[in-house]
Amino acid sequence: MSNTGRYTEEVTEHTALMDGHIAEAHPDRKVAIARKRKSKSETQRTYGSVEQSESSGSGVVHRSTPPVPPQAPPSEPQIEELELKYGARHVIKLFVPVTLCMIVVVATMSSITFYSTKGVYLAYTPFHEESPYAVTKVWNAIANSLILLSVIALMTVLLIVLYKKRCYKIIHGWLILSSLMLLFLFSYLYVEEALRAYNIPMDYITLTFVMWNFGVVGMIVIHWKGPLRLQQAYLIFIAALMALVFIKYLPEWTTWVVLAVISIWDLVAVLTPKGPLRILVETAQERNEPIFPALIYSSTVMYCLAATTAPGAAGEGEQRPRELRPLNPHGGQGAEGGDRASGGTGGAAAGFDAAWHARAAEQRSLRVDSTQPPHYTTRVERHPMPAQPPPLDDEEKGVKLGLGDFIFYSVLVGKASSYGDWNTTLACFVAILIGLCLTLLLLAILKKALPALPISITFGLIFYFATRWAVKPFADALAAEQVFI
Amino acid sequence: MTLAEFFSCALLAFGAPLVMFSLTVAIDPVRIIIMIAAAFGWLLSFLLSSLIWYAVWPLRSYLAFGMVFAIILQELCRYGMYVLLRKTEAGLKEISENHSVGTNKLEMAYVSGLGFGTMSGAFAIINVLADSIGPGTLGLRSGTEYFFVTSAAMTLCMILLNTFWSVIFFSGFDDKNYIKVGWVIVSHFLVSGLSLLNSRELYAATILPSYGILVITAYIAFRSAGGSSKSFIESFSTRSS
Repeated sequence: MSNTGRYTEEVTEHTALMDGHIAEAHPDRKVAIARKRKSKSETQRTYGSVEQSESSGSGVVHRSTPPVPPQAPPSEPQIEELELKYGARHVIKLFVPVTLCMIVVVATMSSITFYSTKGVYLAYTPFHEESPYAVTKVWNAIANSLILLSVIALMTVLLIVLYKKRCYKIIHGWLILSSLMLLFLFSYLYVEEALRAYNIPMDYITLTFVMWNFGVVGMIVIHWKGPLRLQQAYLIFIAALMALVFIKYLPEWTTWVVLAVISIWDLVAVLTPKGPLRILVETAQERNEPIFPALIYSSTVMYCLAATTAPGAAGEGEQRPRELRPLNPHGGQGAEGGDRASGGTGGAAAGFDAAWHARAAEQRSLRVDSTQPPHYTTRVERHPMPAQPPPLDDEEKGVKLGLGDFIFYSVLVGKASSYGDWNTTLACFVAILIGLCLTLLLLAILKKALPALPISITFGLIFYFATRWAVKPFADALAAEQVFI
Repeated sequence: MTLAEFFSCALLAFGAPLVMFSLTVAIDPVRIIIMIAAAFGWLLSFLLSSLIWYAVWPLRSYLAFGMVFAIILQELCRYGMYVLLRKTEAGLKEISENHSVGTNKLEMAYVSGLGFGTMSGAFAIINVLADSIGPGTLGLRSGTEYFFVTSAAMTLCMILLNTFWSVIFFSGFDDKNYIKVGWVIVSHFLVSGLSLLNSRELYAATILPSYGILVITAYIAFRSAGGSSKSFIESFSTRSS
């Protein structure tokens, strides 16, 4: 809109992360005013804190309170707490899919032996760790994982270059091809092995019919549009499949080294100024576009259907020209100094829809200096929740986690479960969830791009090895003697 | 038969905690997070005690030694949870979706105790349960056929005890009433010590006193949480308000 310069200036501030996102402002919450960072420019100083005014869009808690008159600016600690509040719900919104993905992988690992038997390896891991000597195995593993890492780094850089050059067709072709392969080829392999494991006979006609429908629906849902739950389910399944592929086709020790190396890579790629993932996210925000839906799990829809062009949404028509509507980072609208002078609601958010405006104005909860909080979030989306009947709840912010994180979390837990000790699996699971929690907490505190892998994977690895070597014998002894501590 | 045994043991051990979780904890994201944090805390304490047990290799066969350290570390960890929760209490109240949270000070104690207990119960029995599916079972040629069911019953007892212990422990530190804290530690040692008898298959001598302690602990926890006989009766009437 009118302030592209301003916007790009701010982009650096809340550019965001690849792996975990919390977005703060909630659609159906009134905007009260708070002040924060006094050192910032005026627009940035004003800070919208939010209060719950009716049942939340996510459906976690349904509760309604009467409209509260405009309040005095809360103090800073309160702001922090409010941010965490949205964090709390979003943490759970990420826990559920991560847990589901792990459950799929662990259930598969423990019921289908195909995925835990070795023999065939990926082309990227030329050393197969067949030597009996630990030293050889170690250097094999390190070499393998470095090769794999360089492949991943190369692919990431290639993706960035293509994205920078706006070769969307190639990228989409690439992503469609890979998801096509996952949805048809790997799913077919999975189904075949599952049928074999449970000794279920099935004819090829039925199988083809089922696989075709499954795959086509998946392609439509992931790359075009469809119900949110379905899209999430497909993304979780894809991540689980990919994790199973990694577990099956990576040699034993290589898997562990890869996990460590990947989380370091994640740290580098997201946090360093020239890190590829950071560049990707920043570019996506500059262009006001979503990152490709095939790469990221989102707790809300990645795209916006025609419903967003609601009548009266004045500033929005031009902003949402396409059906696949891009992201609307807060800063884009929050920094509209000119609009602010014209009145609170007008300046508040070009991204808010008419109904929201009406309600907000009616409740008189916006003050003149209210703007969208521009630096709450790493990235914000406002999209309709399909489950919400009225357009009032048209906007919902997304929590996002890269599919890669799902994959590697699941690899860790799946690999841990492949040794048949449930204590190890459980320990890794809890450790990863706590790591994710801490990452999101850090995200709320630091408000900058954070990689989701390092903390979780570090915890997971520590607990895996500790449980395997020290805890398991103790726990087994206790269980066998029926001693309860 | 083994499958039936698996399900009955799993439900015996985790049925009540599951209901407690889904009715009281699952409705609030903050409580879920606290529960997982408590589970992680238990995990840490168990990890440390295993390391001690592992390091002192001459005493590895004497489980009583490992048990003592495990209990001490667990109680330390419970104290850690207490400090952590009391420090973040104000923030937690704010960030909770449901603002009725925090009306009772011991709510967080209950949630963290449930997390603590669930994790300890899971670690105690999950591998046993996995073995109970079959193909073999205990008690046909050697061993006792009561192994699984007694394990499950003791697990349930420990989960509930941990929940109540946390409530008592937190309230003891809140009121500076160290008798309560002492009761928690003493009864913990008592119950764990009793479970040493399990290896001699004296199940009646273990389980009955353990459940007796459970009842006493539940009563103390109920009183600590501000309950009275009147409110106990009222809790059975329909909730109209």
